Amino acid sequence: MTLPNGLRVLLVPDPATPVVGVAVHVDVGFRSEPEGRTGFAHLFEHLMFQGSESLEKLAHFRHVQGSGGIFNGSTHQDYTDYFEVLPGAALERALFLEADRLRAPKLTEENLRNQVDVVKEEIRLNVLNRPYGGFPWILLPPVLYDTFPNAHNGYGDFSELEQASLDDAASFFDTFYAPGNAMVTVHGDFGSAGGVDGVMALVEKHFGDIPARPTPVRPSFGEPVPGSEKRQSVPDAHAPLPALAVGYRVPDPTTDLDGYLGHSLLASVLSEGEAARLQRRLVHADGLVTDVSASNGLMGGPLDARDPDTFTITAVHPGTVDPDRVLGAIDEELDKLAAEGPSTDELARQSARWAAALHHEDDRVMYRMLGLGARELLYGRAEIATELPARIAAVTPEQVRAAAEALRSAGRAVLLVEPAAGEEGDA
Amino acid sequence: MSAPTTHRTAEEIGRTGTGPRPLPPLGDTREVPLPDVTTTTLPNGLRVLAAHRSGVPMVEMRLRVPFAAPGDTADPAFTARAELLSSTMLTGTATRDRVGIDDELASVGADLGVAVDPERVLVHGSGLAAGLPVMVGVLADVLTAAAYPDREVVRERERLVERISVARAQPSTVAREALQRKRFGSHPVALEMPTGEAVAAVEAIEVRALHRAGIVPRGSTLVLVGDIDPDAAIAAVTEQLAGWTSSARAHELGAPPMPAPSDLELVHRAGSVQSQLRLSAPAPRRADPRYAAFQLANLVFGGYFSSRWMENIREDKGYTYGAHSGVEFLPGGAVLGVETDVASDVTAAALLETRYELGRMTAVPPTVDEIDAARRYAIGALLISLDSQGGLASTLAALDADGLSVDWLRERPVRLEAVTPEEVAEIALEFFAPSRFTGVIVGDAEVVGPRLRALGGISTGGIA
Repeated sequence: MTLPNGLRVLLVPDPATPVVGVAVHVDVGFRSEPEGRTGFAHLFEHLMFQGSESLEKLAHFRHVQGSGGIFNGSTHQDYTDYFEVLPGAALERALFLEADRLRAPKLTEENLRNQVDVVKEEIRLNVLNRPYGGFPWILLPPVLYDTFPNAHNGYGDFSELEQASLDDAASFFDTFYAPGNAMVTVHGDFGSAGGVDGVMALVEKHFGDIPARPTPVRPSFGEPVPGSEKRQSVPDAHAPLPALAVGYRVPDPTTDLDGYLGHSLLASVLSEGEAARLQRRLVHADGLVTDVSASNGLMGGPLDARDPDTFTITAVHPGTVDPDRVLGAIDEELDKLAAEGPSTDELARQSARWAAALHHEDDRVMYRMLGLGARELLYGRAEIATELPARIAAVTPEQVRAAAEALRSAGRAVLLVEPAAGEEGDA
Repeated sequence: MSAPTTHRTAEEIGRTGTGPRPLPPLGDTREVPLPDVTTTTLPNGLRVLAAHRSGVPMVEMRLRVPFAAPGDTADPAFTARAELLSSTMLTGTATRDRVGIDDELASVGADLGVAVDPERVLVHGSGLAAGLPVMVGVLADVLTAAAYPDREVVRERERLVERISVARAQPSTVAREALQRKRFGSHPVALEMPTGEAVAAVEAIEVRALHRAGIVPRGSTLVLVGDIDPDAAIAAVTEQLAGWTSSARAHELGAPPMPAPSDLELVHRAGSVQSQLRLSAPAPRRADPRYAAFQLANLVFGGYFSSRWMENIREDKGYTYGAHSGVEFLPGGAVLGVETDVASDVTAAALLETRYELGRMTAVPPTVDEIDAARRYAIGALLISLDSQGGLASTLAALDADGLSVDWLRERPVRLEAVTPEEVAEIALEFFAPSRFTGVIVGDAEVVGPRLRALGGISTGGIA
């Protein structure tokens, strides 16, 4: 459903739960932030929690938690989400809180400076003060991609975060946070709000009078697939062991969902469980790596971004092992799969485990809601989330074989993380 | 349509013709729905808790085997053997190899994992509910016939040494180890991760012996929650685990001494751009009648985002990304942990504010509004955390280890509703006084040392 102001609405009742979730997905992620303002989409996400016309600073947190709820927000390649999960009786309050900040957030210089400091602490915690910080999601894209949207650091450089101005924030909000560029998802207990019709009336009541604004044209972030290998090394002052990441391009999930899912199952066949190909070969048979993992999707999960997205293989290995031996073994395993594909049983076990993992995720209102909302926003089809178990089960050994062949026949990025404990290292 | 070429100012964006709007009222929260839990003790001594929770066609499993070191003091060789046992338990039995175990679990969408800490070994997993017999079958095979093949133990030993080196490079691990030493000294609870050297010295034969002696049903508990019939599940488990027997009883960890107040120990980590503040003091146990009041006092202090401490050092000062205080339960007691990571240049300032907020809990007790918000949050968060099979299974297992049943959960909303501001003030005075705390600060001592020492109550410790 779409309100007259362009805001899309997705309502998914679940009578089995006493809790309800409200999520707002906005069609802007860190790929859309302007050059010279790396990290701005994420910084802006923080600002959206800092008050709005009807809510003083701190009031949003206090009202959500004081209603028995939890909240968060997160910034991805192509979207930003804001959500709360609360007892069903707090639904209207949650809609009010989300609508107020989508209509009229209070953007102030003081809050901007405060949140620049907070974001810098977040980056110190997650990147600068630990081993393998930003590996591979910040470090790999600049090797694989050439254009600013795809290659830059979504957490941002400190100097650019510090330069962010209130006018940047106003411009970013007016451009990207138009109701026609956003979507509201409500999932869970609709009982105390009068069912789907009652909830729809509440959504209209709170979001309906946000004035329509022009919706920004979404640019293509497409760029050519590299034809050869691109390699880069980075030092890591905290890492005790070397690590490597290999990045490949994957099919566009919007136009070739089956090809994309073939890559997802390839990631499972390679690294999911003790019987997976790379576990058996790299970890156990050859003893080359401490741990290895493959993932279809840069941020760790599938179907979380539009094209272009990244298939990653990461490994931590002892310093005595030459990274080229690890890469060689990965190539051989991919070649075997490209020649013969996985066995039917092997694939069936991976599908069963994945289907179970999806059920597991669906058991929490929060994850189910965020999955539905993200798939609707990115691909215009929330049903993908519900159809996924069946579509995964339908993936054939030939699709997985073709995915392995595709990885082997295109260029790729190789990132080497080298321990650099020296004058700055750990004692 | 195209993007606007001009935009409103920040001030214009934050204002509408209608002006500020009133907050909608809150409806009544339903009770926290909890299933009946069927509890039984099998002939072999294993306690089994089973509960039906539909929603998704899955089942969650938690097997807790008390697995404490034998003596009253930390035993590095035991900890190394236990860690290797946990990482090799699923690598083979008399009839299945590592890949065979995993293939069989995967065929019913199941996963099993093994974790160890100073108190227990935990075998945890989930899978399609229809596959429960397969999961329990694999579990039974592992419990009765885990083989710890030489080849697997040797390989996992190498990996474990490498993983330990990675873990110890994390500032959070450095801080945790320093805090445990500071709080509990040589008690076994303090030793959570072995050294690489101790692991390298462990032989497969020692791991096998440890399994035979310590992985036993008497004293252990199995929790099953999911889309299952509890009686049928218990009947199946009784039959499938009948062969798991031992005359020994699983070894419970003795109560550690409660940490005494002391100076905070400054631990040097060269090149650190942040410091880890870790403060701690004794706390009441779950069974303590004052626990609900303590829970609310802790929320008001630092237990959730809308707490005094978080609002101060993050939302006002921008010193940190996160600040959290919470309770850790131990045999015979509990401790409060007050934890935040802050930039080096504001480490002393953050400690000053932390001590100020602890002191304020005693001098300016939580208000009625603060307590009501914490109460709504405590009840709502309970509702949310129990609204999944996994959340319920983990909670039941943790409560059982503390000698409590699902009834303790059922009574929570009532207990929380009954807490008075006087009770919160009283408990805050007793438990939050800054003078009761001990702890550690990990950071670059050359950068953060002078200002910290100027505040007082800092002792200089070792090097990370």
